[in-house]
Amino acid sequence: MNERQQAVYATVQASLRRRYARERRFRALGLGAVILGLSFVLLLFTDIISKGYSAFVQTYITLPVYFDPQVIDPNEQRDPAQLARADYRQLVRAPLRALFPEVKNRRAKRQLYRLLSTGATYQIRAMVLADPGLIGQTRQIALLADDDVDMITKGHVDQATAEERFGADYRSWLQQLTRQGRLHTRWNIEFFTAGDSREPELAGIGGAMAGSFYTLLVTLLLSCPIGIAAAIYLEEFAPRNRFTDLIEVNINNLAAVPSIVFGLLGLAIFINLFGLPRSAPLVGGLVLTLMTLPTVIIASRAALQAVPPSIREAALGIGASRTQTVFHHVLPLALPGMLTGTIIGMAQALGETAPLLMIGMVAFIVDVPNSPLDPSSALPVQVYLWADSPERAFVERTSAAIMVLLAFLISMNACAVALRRRFERRW
Amino acid sequence: MPEIQSASGDAQLADESFRTIGKTYVDQPRMTASQVNVYYGDKQAICDVSLGIARNEVIAMIGPSGCGKSTFLRCLNRMNDTIAGCRVSGTIRLDQQDIYDKRLDVVPLRARVGMVFQKPNPFPKSIYDNVAYGPRIHGLARKGVELDEVVETSLRRAGLWTEVKDRLAAPGTGLSGGQQQRLCIARTIAVSPEVILMDEPCSALDPIATARIEELLVELRKNYTIAVVTHSMQQAARISQRTAYFHLGHLIEVGETTRIFTNPQHKLTEDYITGRFG
Ligand SMILES: Nc1ncnc2c1ncn2[C@@H]1O[C@H](COP(=O)(O)OP(=O)(O)OP(=O)(O)O)[C@@H](O)[C@H]1O
Ligand SMILES: [Mg+2]
Repeated sequence: MNERQQAVYATVQASLRRRYARERRFRALGLGAVILGLSFVLLLFTDIISKGYSAFVQTYITLPVYFDPQVIDPNEQRDPAQLARADYRQLVRAPLRALFPEVKNRRAKRQLYRLLSTGATYQIRAMVLADPGLIGQTRQIALLADDDVDMITKGHVDQATAEERFGADYRSWLQQLTRQGRLHTRWNIEFFTAGDSREPELAGIGGAMAGSFYTLLVTLLLSCPIGIAAAIYLEEFAPRNRFTDLIEVNINNLAAVPSIVFGLLGLAIFINLFGLPRSAPLVGGLVLTLMTLPTVIIASRAALQAVPPSIREAALGIGASRTQTVFHHVLPLALPGMLTGTIIGMAQALGETAPLLMIGMVAFIVDVPNSPLDPSSALPVQVYLWADSPERAFVERTSAAIMVLLAFLISMNACAVALRRRFERRW
Repeated sequence: MPEIQSASGDAQLADESFRTIGKTYVDQPRMTASQVNVYYGDKQAICDVSLGIARNEVIAMIGPSGCGKSTFLRCLNRMNDTIAGCRVSGTIRLDQQDIYDKRLDVVPLRARVGMVFQKPNPFPKSIYDNVAYGPRIHGLARKGVELDEVVETSLRRAGLWTEVKDRLAAPGTGLSGGQQQRLCIARTIAVSPEVILMDEPCSALDPIATARIEELLVELRKNYTIAVVTHSMQQAARISQRTAYFHLGHLIEVGETTRIFTNPQHKLTEDYITGRFG
């Protein structure tokens, strides 16, 4: 090394420590930000999961039910109309009375009957209607317990509070049932199939899921083709002039409009002007289409822009028309990006609540919708509704509904990421 | 049509003006460009270029980087239409047809005037589909044996057949750079264009592949008209009948290849050929 090279070397060495220190500081800062973000997410998830996981099991009381012909079908006609009309309450109350013969006065009896949900009678009724041969037999049947029993069993209400609210008898009944092995919990499939209910133990997200499904179906069927067609036109065919500039600015603006505004617009146009039904997934889907279109268009245009111009030139250079170039070469390459954008738009739409409130999808609806025209709610709206209910049992259902919603969102986003990975290309 | 546009002669030997020296127009023109100007936005890339390309000739276009060779070549099949902000003025004729006529359809034009680009750009599809695409969309060959034949001849003529005949279904983008360029050549000749424009077709090729392409050009000349941009003066000398020298968007000199290389008239041409710059 000559003198000059040595001087350069010394200077570089001297600056090196400072440079590395700066690099370390920056890395620590970045790592800190990531950890902070992650811990918030973790906090949110632990809170929701710890509150909600117990909603996936439900408490049942197993009782020997005698399908009394006298009560169900006194004149032995086996007439379905008669069977449907019978007073099944008696059937589920009788074994309770038999189990606790010491309960005599009426108030105490009423209290005793409240161990079971009203759902228990529907359960028996459904069994009889499905199989009239049960009449006259006695079966051990797991009957749906009341939400208070459920909460106490799951430990969400402590013993002292329970005794204070329901009396000492109540507690001893439960203890006796537990001792006899009649009180147990099992997988709560009804939570996923049932519609909403005022009784927490009967309420499920089936109706809301179906509502969300139909809403998203409408949104997907509309926003995907419209958005992609608009993007292709704007990117590949539209002349660049002031008019298309205006359209572009407006699309970008639309993406930033608060979603509730779209709800108001949907109310004014689809319901008041066109007379479409209130609370219907069809209208929800239309409103969410308006909302997701900008997202889909912007993502699709980005995907089109990412296709290298050399591919277009190659096709045009051997005499493909503009349409052939787009549909044979550009679109297949851009499609994964477009689908990714669409899925992300759909995930946004799935979590959207405010516009649905405006078009009446916030109503209390018990039936599971069978078509996009039936009134229904949607998953996030269901969360909103339950979060407002005072019963302790709705707290866990709210959290459980959020978990289901998050599971859908995460799997949709995972799909988008997987799609991107799978079709990522090198040119 | 004017026959000889600019003056020539020894008087201009030392002249640094950008007026074209040599016979720009030819007797049996396939394509004729007259007073072509090209602008990218406000920037002028081609100034007042007039040039005829004769039937069954190979014309080489040479010049320093950025002088507008590619730009001029792209005017000949209107590929510049695809560039936003690119304007072309003047007239360019294919046979007697003005190709910048408003009523002219560019799709058949580009089928007649094919192009091989400076950077190899195969479609991200199979090798077979790359070559078959042109014949398919133009309906030149029926699906099946006929199309297979077109693909095979095109690949053979581009000197790629032996290398890829066992993997025609493999993606074209998986080939090496030189193979990709030959694939692009095969793709272009599969459409049997009348005029072939080649923008530095051999810049990514090894000497053997280059020799093969040059052979191909010599053979193609019997039926086609070819314009080649090249940075290799040896190549220009080997394959072309005429050579055009571009400088800063001007066509400086054009003439018989042997004449240009042995006896350049313009100082800029001479400097470039003798390697003093460029
Ligand atoms: N799309 C474009 N937009 C703006 N300017 C361009 C564009 N393409 C080329 N130019 C400019 O036009 C001039 C001529 O470019 P061109 O590509 O024709 O050069 P070239 O002779 O082919 O060079 P090379 O030998 O490096 O390929 C250059 O100054 C270049 O910067
Ligand atoms: Mg070039």
